[in-house]
Amino acid sequence: MALDSKVPAGAIADKWTKHKGEIPLVSPANKRLLDIIVVGTGLAGSSAAASLAEMGYNVKAFCFQDSPRRAHSIAAQGGINAAKNYQNDGDSVYRLFYDTIKGGDYRSREGNVHRLAEVSRNIIDQCVAQGVPFARDYGGLLDNRSFGGVQVSRTFYAKGQTGQQLLLGAYSALNRQIAKGRVKMYARHEMQELVVVDGKARGIIAKNLVTGEFERHSAHAVLLCTGGYGNVFFLSTNAMGSNVTAAWKAHRKGAYMANPCFTQIHPTCIPVSGENQSKLTLMSESLRNDGRIWVPAKKEDAEAIRAGKLHPNDIAEADRDYYLERRYPAFGNLVPRDVASRAAKERCDAGYGVNKTGEAVYLDFAAAIMRFGEEEVHVKGLKNPSTAEIKALGEKVVESKYGNLFQMYEKITASNPYKEPMMIYPAVHYTMGGLWVDYNLMTTIPGCFALGEANFSDHGANRLGASALMQGLADGYFVAPYTVGEFLSTDIRSGKIPTDSPEFEAAEQAVRERTEKFINNNGTKSVDFFHKRLGKIMWNEVGMARSEKGLKQAIADIQALREEFYADVRVLGSANGMNPELDKAGRVADLIELGELMAKDALERNESCGGHFREEYQSPEGEALRDDENFAFVSAWEFTGVPAEAQLHKEELTFENVELKTRSYK
Amino acid sequence: MDLTLKIWRQNGPQEKGEMKTYPISGVEEDMSFLEMLDFLNDKLINEGIEPVVFDHDCREGICGMCSLFINGEAHGPGRKVTTCQLHMREFKSGDTIYIEPFRAKAFPIIKDLMVDRSAFDRIQRAGGYISVNTSGNTIDANAIPVPKENADKAFDAATCIGCGACVATCKNSSAMLFASAKISQFSLLPQGQPEAKERVLNMVHQMDLEGFGNCTNTGACEVECPKGISLENIARMNRDYLFASLSSNK
Ligand SMILES: Cc1cc2nc3c(=O)[nH]c(=O)nc-3n(C[C@H](O)[C@H](O)[C@H](O)COP(=O)(O)OP(=O)(O)OC[C@H]3O[C@@H](n4cnc5c(N)ncnc54)[C@H](O)[C@@H]3O)c2cc1C
Ligand code: SF4
Ligand code: FES
Repeated sequence: MALDSKVPAGAIADKWTKHKGEIPLVSPANKRLLDIIVVGTGLAGSSAAASLAEMGYNVKAFCFQDSPRRAHSIAAQGGINAAKNYQNDGDSVYRLFYDTIKGGDYRSREGNVHRLAEVSRNIIDQCVAQGVPFARDYGGLLDNRSFGGVQVSRTFYAKGQTGQQLLLGAYSALNRQIAKGRVKMYARHEMQELVVVDGKARGIIAKNLVTGEFERHSAHAVLLCTGGYGNVFFLSTNAMGSNVTAAWKAHRKGAYMANPCFTQIHPTCIPVSGENQSKLTLMSESLRNDGRIWVPAKKEDAEAIRAGKLHPNDIAEADRDYYLERRYPAFGNLVPRDVASRAAKERCDAGYGVNKTGEAVYLDFAAAIMRFGEEEVHVKGLKNPSTAEIKALGEKVVESKYGNLFQMYEKITASNPYKEPMMIYPAVHYTMGGLWVDYNLMTTIPGCFALGEANFSDHGANRLGASALMQGLADGYFVAPYTVGEFLSTDIRSGKIPTDSPEFEAAEQAVRERTEKFINNNGTKSVDFFHKRLGKIMWNEVGMARSEKGLKQAIADIQALREEFYADVRVLGSANGMNPELDKAGRVADLIELGELMAKDALERNESCGGHFREEYQSPEGEALRDDENFAFVSAWEFTGVPAEAQLHKEELTFENVELKTRSYK
Repeated sequence: MDLTLKIWRQNGPQEKGEMKTYPISGVEEDMSFLEMLDFLNDKLINEGIEPVVFDHDCREGICGMCSLFINGEAHGPGRKVTTCQLHMREFKSGDTIYIEPFRAKAFPIIKDLMVDRSAFDRIQRAGGYISVNTSGNTIDANAIPVPKENADKAFDAATCIGCGACVATCKNSSAMLFASAKISQFSLLPQGQPEAKERVLNMVHQMDLEGFGNCTNTGACEVECPKGISLENIARMNRDYLFASLSSNK
């Protein structure tokens, strides 16, 4: 099938307005005849479900947690971008568009990204109207901070809990519609199969996780807002339940997976401490506004620190290597995530890493604390304050900005970041890849849409900080509610979709068989045992640095792991009632298949771009070498039976509004 | 370290539950409390015993999914932490740890340590929102300045994670702290004013319908709340409620 992105013709700034004006309208009376399933209640799903219900469609929403408010979006910390230019620092829709294309290393679609930048401004207005308590300045107006990869201050935030506040806003909009009976909410339900009838997505098989029952739900369109798949690495900053199952089931039924290998490894996370660790914790990128990243300049010092013989506070300024400021003077500590992560790995691989494992660098607030303290001294007009007083004042300011993050850090590490530098290391955080969608956010299965992190659409090979929240809400509030109309306007005469068709029958049967297979497998190893092994393979060979040899090995290892998993996994208990191990087994089975496809995708992409770094393609200074001549395309994979035989389709990317340049942050 | 775990096991909502004892060794200080339970579950699976069921997701204190009554305290020892943020360094080798679900009439047990807190969602649905449609035509976000002090207080109230520790801790199983957090957030913001009266009346009404108890001002909820939601919110809600009931036509 030829891929048609359906990006409308015309000038970039007019495409969306024009397209919106041309989408056929569905009359209110007809909307009442149309059912929509929204899987997922994160920023993308909650906002879409609420908006579609407001418009008059009948919506059913699903999530696997016990409440829609607990979707993984709740954990987002640092902020959300919008081209409001409230700071009057030269920001504009074009600049946000340009920064996103460049930050994504020129692997995203211009039309989609421009639309994202356009609607970003509406998002902030909408959220404030809902009562989202963003941070404000003393004048009562909204405050902003900066994030990596940009030189303006366009990030709106609510301390370190921006995702929580935005999600609770969307959740409240959703609640309003649930209360009206416009949305029917199914919490503790997991979509385990997509039902395709006559080539169109017409429903899902969902498992009621409390009773173990399988339910058939039909609709005229299915929106997958099911988040990212970072947990394929086992250790990641994602919530424990985050998974790929919904997207993968759609992939197996005909939806192409796009750029699956584009993974974001976030530079500032709390380092791995032990073998029994279950997840990694992010320290928000906003910390790079004020924290300085360094390692000892002398190897002896690094060794002494690792041996516990030297304290970082005792290393003289001259003996510290602020390597980001050194290598990238123009952006310093605020280079994009992929660049910052690789630079940390480079220092640690070279022997300058600082914690016991040698895989950590410092993120230091000492200078910021003094700077803020001195500002406060000025504001308060204090005379001859002592260093301790200045410090105390500065610590207060830092606390007001990052208090909850500092607290979180201290809880986990038992070390006080006000007094000694934080230790951080890169960790898997976000997946730019996902279901391929066209300009309408529709996958290659008609009627099946993908929103939020689950799609591939806007971030190319690297996402800029504070842009995922923006995209989730853009998709859910302002894009999908309109674009589904294009598909649904042809469907007003279809009538209710029956759930007793052979397609529903077969889909439910498939789910039952999978479940029974796990329960009756009588293997010897827990699900986690396999998940951890998958994670190790992925982190070592499909992580921050990839090579042809390593990727080939990874593919072979994952195939072997998959066989072993099915032969030897042990799931206790029964299929009736609550059984989290059983649910986990299903998710890990899909992650294993996805892992193989990711490795295959990475192997095919013979260039380094964004989060995808192939060791063979780098400059003598270790910078990524992109190959626009041969790889300026989206890889879209079609499932043909097993991941190894997935078929590649290319969507060529054309750049008419930005010039393809080597990304430089020097 | 070596520990003795006493854990509530209950196979389903209608079944009888009981405390079971599990000795465990090899627990490390750096493990989080839930990682310790993962570690236990892995052992149980190897022994052919069904793993202990508990709720969790983000494991960083923000989703509100984890719960657990640990040694008689909601979210265990330590203040302003959720169970998932609790680390084993808070315990010592040889300790016996009692692990029970959050108990309240309005939170029926689903299995083992997992309870049903959907009553909280229903309270929110009764009025925890501002009636504004998605349109793209709302006024500019900076059109109405909000005094920083109010904005900050609204934010503090809005950080409630809906975990239910307040209810589990309260001898009356009252949900006042939870409900007052949402009501206060909107009460402190200009956007929340038009619906303020109905909101407080409806949410309090729903709270009663769900079977949560009355508040007798013991203050236990504030102590155990992982997010430090302040009792001030309950006072504000009571004021709003009184005002709304006196001036309501209903
Ligand atoms: C720690 C952390 C911090 C972050 N900070 C920021 C930040 O500061 N700024 C920023 O822009 N981005 C940030 N991000 C990224 C951002 O939070 C996510 O990309 C975004 O929230 C994803 O939203 P979503 O709606 O697509 O999916 P999610 O919020 O992940 O929601 C997925 C939903 O799908 C449901 N679901 C999944 N599978 C199924 C299934 N099979 N059946 C039923 N339901 C299912 C889940 O229950 C859930 O409701 C952060 C990410 C992490 C991990
Ligand atoms: S008020 Fe505190 S204890 Fe109660 S639900 Fe909210 S966060 Fe949990
Ligand atoms: S698991 Fe999310 S708050 Fe504990």
